[in-house]
Amino acid sequence: MIVRISGEGQFKLPDEDAGRLNELDNRAVAAVEQGDETGFKELWSQMLEIVASDGNALDGDELIESQVIMPPRDITFEEAKAEFNGDGLIPD
Amino acid sequence: MPGLAGRMSTVVKAKISRMLDKTEDPGETLDYGYQKQVELLQNVKKGIADVVTSKKRLQMQTSKLEQQVVKLDTQARQALAQGREDLARTALERKTLAQGEMQGLDQQVKELEAQQEELTANEQRLRQKIEQFRTKKEVIKAQYSAAEAQVRISEAANGVGEEMADLGLAMQRAEDKTETMRARASAVEELEKAGAFDDITALGSGQDDLDRQLSELTSGAQVDDELSKMKAELGSGGGDSPALEQGKESS
Repeated sequence: MIVRISGEGQFKLPDEDAGRLNELDNRAVAAVEQGDETGFKELWSQMLEIVASDGNALDGDELIESQVIMPPRDITFEEAKAEFNGDGLIPD
Repeated sequence: MPGLAGRMSTVVKAKISRMLDKTEDPGETLDYGYQKQVELLQNVKKGIADVVTSKKRLQMQTSKLEQQVVKLDTQARQALAQGREDLARTALERKTLAQGEMQGLDQQVKELEAQQEELTANEQRLRQKIEQFRTKKEVIKAQYSAAEAQVRISEAANGVGEEMADLGLAMQRAEDKTETMRARASAVEELEKAGAFDDITALGSGQDDLDRQLSELTSGAQVDDELSKMKAELGSGGGDSPALEQGKESS
């Protein structure tokens, strides 16, 4: 499966990682909802760790869609609480 | 994935589909995609230039404040040596405020530096993708039948669309951060204009109000502490002419 870390690039991971990532992701959201910043940081770093240990960076010239897009590595707790919205540079 | 990653994916996918909806003809999709990428690359360059400008502005403010801190420290000592504790306190209050602002600015300069590096790496990655896309688009146009081309185009367009959408989000995030820092720089400028960091020789009759505000802004405890330290230093130095200790920095 292909995973993108927003602002960083794409990584190829074994498909088995999907379940683990998904579980951590759901727990991270629950932590955010409970206002548990420490818990969120811990879960988030575990997610990044999976990509770091199992993932291989895709070549820059590959044009493939990702199955999973993760937020930026340095996402703040405040950002995690907010929706990722807005148009940025790409007009609607 | 309904979580953070799911939310992120939804936003990116919505952006891609909005981009691709603009065209119907496959060849046009490719040309439009390419044109958008080149535009985005220009925006990244502009974004980097903005970050550099903000950084320079903060650095200039930092060094100005640094000079004021040294000056105010010296003046506090001189005032104290002349038995003007009131003036010494005023100088120390201003120094404390200037130091606090300086530390805040320092931190932001570091953050901007990290941001500049990140954007530069993004720009390089996008440049590579654009080059790849340009080649691929000509190959697809020339070599494939309409039906086949359609499939390949949508693959390439989705791949590159994701890259563009993501870069757009990264740029937006960088702009938001830079905006916060600009606000900070302006706040420091306002204080500066109000004379909050002026040295005490510039004190006029109209400054009472400002000094009242200043003593509210700065931590009284820190000022008291420094004042007594300074007194002790002056006392133990023999007291001949401590006013001559010009430019000595306190830590």
